[in-house]
Amino acid sequence: MKSAVVIFPGSNRDRDMIAAIGKISGRPPLTLWYAETDIPPVDLIVLPGGFSYGDYLRTGAIAAHAPIMPAIAAKAAAGVPVLGVCNGFQILCEAGLLPGVLMRNASLRFVCRNIHLRVESTNTAFTALYGRGDIIRCPVSHGEGNYRTDAETLKQLRDEDRIVFRYCDADGTANDDANPNGSLDDIAGIVNKRRNVLGMMPHPENLIEPLHGGTDGRHLFESVLGRVSEVAE
Amino acid sequence: MKALVTVTLKSAVLDPQGKAIQGALTSFGFAGVEGVRQGKIFEIEIAETDPARASAAVKEMADRLLANTVIEDYRVELVKGSQET
Repeated sequence: MKSAVVIFPGSNRDRDMIAAIGKISGRPPLTLWYAETDIPPVDLIVLPGGFSYGDYLRTGAIAAHAPIMPAIAAKAAAGVPVLGVCNGFQILCEAGLLPGVLMRNASLRFVCRNIHLRVESTNTAFTALYGRGDIIRCPVSHGEGNYRTDAETLKQLRDEDRIVFRYCDADGTANDDANPNGSLDDIAGIVNKRRNVLGMMPHPENLIEPLHGGTDGRHLFESVLGRVSEVAE
Repeated sequence: MKALVTVTLKSAVLDPQGKAIQGALTSFGFAGVEGVRQGKIFEIEIAETDPARASAAVKEMADRLLANTVIEDYRVELVKGSQET
């Protein structure tokens, strides 16, 4: 399985993502510079975390118009799995590949801590190996993770089973204390209509080996890439 | 020609920064500050000299980049007298 990690000026979680994908799939991903316009055949495209373009204008706003974005949109339309983590999620929303917008955390504070997520949908390329209702522990590190959309879109996301992760406490209860940024309906990650584009604020790439203090993030990559032992090459 | 684009949050959108500023003004001793909402202004210098064309171009800039129309409104004004420069 071949992957690609996109690097924008100001991306800073690309190396963690590259390391995670290399470890799990046994094959280091390609890197794609933001100024390239072609993407070779790959099985996964990742937009990593960071502060692309310094978050100037709005977070993800300028990256959403980077030269590589039309190619990413074309791949997404063709069904290639696309994962946006943190700044990647912000870029996907600004680019219109996912609905809604990520706004400043309601507390106005940058939050960097471990949180819990409930896996709400296993009907995606990324979450097939989880069980519905699984509680996983995951780090977040963001100042603008407050997911917002209009009532109609929220209803659509709920009706179509497109809310993939919600913030919750260790017991799986969603409440204000468990939600680090005030996001609507405690939404931490969503998927597009076609279910191949996932955006999420937490960092699953930082939870894939015992040294990370947990391996709950592994299933996400294994779901879409397969485990090393199962890679059929 | 100079255009000013003012971008503001839609009225239904929560503005915690505006609230924080309101709190600060009140702590400062300004009484009766009943609400604050924060926006942005972009000053754009363009070569176009025809006001209608300039306005249309800047509106498109606002729609496509300067404002996120999911959560923001904008208005465009051309600065009077800037055509001569």
